[in-house]
Amino acid sequence: MTRRVVVSVVAVAAVLAFSDLMRAQLGFRRQPGAVYDVDFPGATSGPAPRRSLSGIWEFAKGGAEGIQADGAKAMPSDGKPEHELPFTSAGRDAFIANRPTFGFTAVPSAVTNDPMPGCDPQGFPRIVLHNAHTEQILQTPTQVVILYQFNKKWRVIWTDGRALPTDPEQPGWAIKDAPPPEPRWWGYSVGRWVDDRTFVAESNGFDDRPWLDNAGRPHSGAMRVVETYRRVDADHLEKTITIDDPTFYTRPWVALDKLPYRLQSPSLEIPEQECVPSETAKYNKLFGNPAGGVDDTGR
Amino acid sequence: MLPPPLVAHHSAAIFEAGKRLTVTGTVTEWFWANPHCLLSLDVKDGSGQAVRWVVETQAPPNMIPFGWSKQSFKPGDEVTITVEPARSGRAVGRLLRAVFPDGKTLVPGGSAGAAAAAGGTAP
Repeated sequence: MTRRVVVSVVAVAAVLAFSDLMRAQLGFRRQPGAVYDVDFPGATSGPAPRRSLSGIWEFAKGGAEGIQADGAKAMPSDGKPEHELPFTSAGRDAFIANRPTFGFTAVPSAVTNDPMPGCDPQGFPRIVLHNAHTEQILQTPTQVVILYQFNKKWRVIWTDGRALPTDPEQPGWAIKDAPPPEPRWWGYSVGRWVDDRTFVAESNGFDDRPWLDNAGRPHSGAMRVVETYRRVDADHLEKTITIDDPTFYTRPWVALDKLPYRLQSPSLEIPEQECVPSETAKYNKLFGNPAGGVDDTGR
Repeated sequence: MLPPPLVAHHSAAIFEAGKRLTVTGTVTEWFWANPHCLLSLDVKDGSGQAVRWVVETQAPPNMIPFGWSKQSFKPGDEVTITVEPARSGRAVGRLLRAVFPDGKTLVPGGSAGAAAAAGGTAP
């Protein structure tokens, strides 16, 4: 063994040991009963089942992967040039108008206009770009249904061959007995298998009030979201989210880039986590207002 | 008329980063709720007057993995807490560690747990 190889081995060992230390200090977050890749060192997984997303899925690298406090995981709001979003003029104005409590443009919490702390609907895609947790995916002959932990929300992705609404700002299905045309917090979604391991969903018809992420990135009613789910093997699923909003962004950008999930036991129970207005009001009275230097009336 | 403040769900910038305060008090309430759990306790100051401290942790699903529960505290419990106080100067802060008289210790995860592990400057 050459000296260079010995040094490399020592360096790798040191990095691994440091990683363990960091993980312990930063509090590796384990959903009760969940398993993570770190639990299976050196293990290999079996082949991916054909055209299947079904199961309970948790972040493969730890339960904190989905928090994304400073914005979408692949494009955090940290002031780095490589994370500057391709805003249009209207998009930049909308971003500046938003006053987040996290990210590069964070403001004191007493003056935020983030709709989420007041328990307004998080909507899609913020449900997966902030405070994301364990998901369960169900497949029927006509739908892929995703169940989300936060606020016990779910989305339906139609797989019956229907098309997206042609006008995203006046969405309505071109089918008999279609629902009235109106934008939705969660949009309209359709999906298809592009090969035996890759499912692609497209969504439009969004209400423009939710933020995209916790850093105040905006979207317009013209937004289209593309989700790509790639079943890597028997135990893993990768999720990619692309934002395509020509009103607010000059080109599509990737918000989640192959984020890995690990398949869990079918008996894993997803915890309850609700945004409760009365609890939020009490929290603000007891803690939020005095911490923010304002009194109970918000002054 | 101004809208009510939405101060929940804030960044760590409202705290005095690196400052530590350790006090002992009597629990008055353990509020196990979203967006963040709150521990209220009465701490006697130098003149013997009780000061009500309210310190926050994280949301319940983010506390459970680190051994916390709705039953972690009950009114009347004596507990010694280490806190990163808020910049506002009020008796509020971020809970970094809670120690019971028998030595049982609770530490949150995430950035608060990291801050607890890293120590800090006692005032």
